[in-house]
Amino acid sequence: MIEPRLKIATCSLAGCFGCHMSLLDLDERLFELADRVELNRSPLTDIKELGECDLGLIEGGVANVENVHVLLEFRARCKILIAMGACALNGGIPAMRNQFTLRECLEESYLRGVGLVNAQIPNDPEIPLLLNQVHPVHEVVKIDYFLPGCPPSADAIWTFVNQLLSGQPIALSYTQIHYD
Amino acid sequence: MAESSTLAQTIREIVQRHGGMSTRLLQILREVQDHFTWLPPETLDQVAEALGVSPDKVRNVAEFYSFLYTEPRGFYDILFSDNITDRMLGSRELLHYLCERLDMEINTTRADGLVSVGTTSCTGMCDQGPAALVNGYALTRLDKPRLDRIVDLVNSRTPLTEWPREFFEVTSNIRRADILLGRHFADGAALRAVLKRGPEAILEEMVKSGLRGQGGAGFKSAAKWISCRGAPGDVKYVVCNADEGEPGTFKDRVLMQDFADLVFEGMTLCGRVIGARQGFVYLRGEYRYLLEALKATLLRRREVGLLGEAILGDPGFQFDIDIHMGAGAYVCGEESALIESLEGKHGVPRIRPPFPTTHGYLNKPTVVNNVETFAAAAKIAVEGGAWFASRGTAESKGTKLLSLSGDCERPGIYEYPFGVTVRRVLEDCGARDAQGIQMAGPAGHMISARQFDRRICFEDLATGGSFMVFDQSRDILDGIRNFTHFFVHESCGFCTPCRVGTSLMRDLVTKVHTGHGTRADLEEMRKLGRIMQVACHCGLGQTAPNPVLDSLDQFPESWERRLRSTAYEPAFDLNAALEEARRLTGRDDPGAYLSGQDLLIGAMP
Ligand SMILES: Cc1cc2nc3c(=O)[nH]c(=O)nc-3n(C[C@H](O)[C@H](O)[C@H](O)COP(=O)(O)O)c2cc1C
Ligand code: SF4
Ligand code: SF4
Repeated sequence: MIEPRLKIATCSLAGCFGCHMSLLDLDERLFELADRVELNRSPLTDIKELGECDLGLIEGGVANVENVHVLLEFRARCKILIAMGACALNGGIPAMRNQFTLRECLEESYLRGVGLVNAQIPNDPEIPLLLNQVHPVHEVVKIDYFLPGCPPSADAIWTFVNQLLSGQPIALSYTQIHYD
Repeated sequence: MAESSTLAQTIREIVQRHGGMSTRLLQILREVQDHFTWLPPETLDQVAEALGVSPDKVRNVAEFYSFLYTEPRGFYDILFSDNITDRMLGSRELLHYLCERLDMEINTTRADGLVSVGTTSCTGMCDQGPAALVNGYALTRLDKPRLDRIVDLVNSRTPLTEWPREFFEVTSNIRRADILLGRHFADGAALRAVLKRGPEAILEEMVKSGLRGQGGAGFKSAAKWISCRGAPGDVKYVVCNADEGEPGTFKDRVLMQDFADLVFEGMTLCGRVIGARQGFVYLRGEYRYLLEALKATLLRRREVGLLGEAILGDPGFQFDIDIHMGAGAYVCGEESALIESLEGKHGVPRIRPPFPTTHGYLNKPTVVNNVETFAAAAKIAVEGGAWFASRGTAESKGTKLLSLSGDCERPGIYEYPFGVTVRRVLEDCGARDAQGIQMAGPAGHMISARQFDRRICFEDLATGGSFMVFDQSRDILDGIRNFTHFFVHESCGFCTPCRVGTSLMRDLVTKVHTGHGTRADLEEMRKLGRIMQVACHCGLGQTAPNPVLDSLDQFPESWERRLRSTAYEPAFDLNAALEEARRLTGRDDPGAYLSGQDLLIGAMP
């Protein structure tokens, strides 16, 4: 009997896609993964609509209103939600703007930047509105697991996903979560 | 030019008065600040130069202590004691009232530079609050009429020395005395005993007495003295821990105020027994008002031959005592941080072992004991170990001073033999309607009425002496939240589990207290608390989660009635977090808002 494949979704909020690149670093192990899981909405598929999933992997922190919507939807549809990478866990690089007010950030980019013509702060409704600060994902929804690293190594992701899929307790080796 | 040379000269004089010793750095900075009301950068550079230490070191120290200011402060610096017991007595309302009357905001300096108003951790006046400090001197029993007069005194620039004496009156409120407070002690009796019988005999009495450290940890005092006596080296030190930073405790203040001779005698006795010639009292900055009287007592003891060279005429018996003032850092009550502070550094706890008994002050063998421990030791030397051990329980001999405050009719100092029940204490102090007790301060334990038959002793409820009563009208969480703020403020920042953990805990508690929490947050608090208990470097961080963890067990209903029914709530107001961007872009379309409906979706686990 073929076991039903587990459904996984991934997304990148305020992140650099580095965590997703790390996922691709699974290399040939991707084939093995593909046998066991089905990828739902993800930057790696072209699926637009998020279905009911077993696992959701979130890269990046929460910087704008779209990030909030995507994250809330992931929480609503994924049984288990995982914060992946420093940005999701702590806000990471994008959260460095938290030292400044949003006004200072926008003025620096759009009013005082070099070579600007017709400088103005963009206000097109198509552009997701920024939150005044960048937040880690667990400040918006409940997160079940945290996978640290910038990015977490492919090995760490592999160990983690395998243990989770096979119902073992999560136990990453020291070298997999040690960074200096 | 002339100005900067007088500045340099003033500082040189201060440094010289302290013998140019870098161990006196904190004392020097206190004096420089007394002179200039704050520590301008050039004063720090001058101090560094005069002491021959790096300016960075001086700046480090200046920035570490909350009573040292590296930014300008008002000529009058008023700090309200922010313990929960002050709040119970209405301190918050008074704080707002004062700021309103002075026409200023809390935690600021008024534009004319005349006055600053803020808050500080418990000043140890819980039985006579609401309390405050003005330029480091304790104000007690504040009320609106008193504040009205203070407003006038400030605005008319009246020197502190001309303020009404009764504003500064600190009473002892001893409500129950037993063998320590109740029996007369003849100055010099303990020193005569050690001269007559010898150090070994006194140590034997100490062993027999079973005396345990009264600072809270309860280490056997005889063992400490014996270990230090046996430690190699000719130069040893005695340190009296009068930092008394645990919110809700004030018994050491009363001992220093009314029984200083007894405490100094205990220290001198210890000096003789372990072979030390120098002792220090580390007095918390909040007790600045005691300094002159204590110095006078020391002087008198020198004059009558109980201190200094040739004590009681014996040329081989030399011992003297110096008083070091702290500057508003709870962590400096931890003995190794205290020693760092005594050495003139910022007070970060050392890695132990080695322990102070072998590597203490200046790495020399050092006994650090609590004020009450020294007082008891002096009595034991005179009356004998058996006498002391006849009181108390099997593992906790003698008596304990409790500092009673909060919801009771007769707050103050109560001395009981160890083993007394909580219920008995509550009856004696007139606490009829108690809901819970914070025992041993925020670092101790919160107990509920179900546990009032427990006994105060090391076998059951250990305590350094803080005993804060919450009656049925109180919200336990008000206290818990207050304590989490205390720990955030007092964390020395050296280790991450405490520096970050205390802030996370405060935020979680605040979230639940303000009605935004869910069950997941309570679970998170427990998890965080367990991590802090095992991962923090010193006792401060290890005990910081106690009030939260205890109250989750003892008062679950206080937490649960605050919870939202949803399984998860964001840590901040999502829609409000878009407000600034809405303003900057002028957008008002539906996409510029987050509705409650959006959040409902995400709330599903
Ligand atoms: C954060 C912290 C604060 C402390 N504050 C005090 C204090 O204010 N007074 C005190 O006597 N002991 C305090 N202690 C305990 C001391 O480290 C030490 O155990 C005590 O001074 C030893 O004296 P004893 O054996 O006579 O009790 C504190 C400990 C910690 C971890
Ligand atoms: S954690 Fe690192 S790799 Fe991942 S999104 Fe953030 S910056 Fe990129
Ligand atoms: S536990 Fe807290 S107070 Fe103790 S060393 Fe660490 S940061 Fe400092």
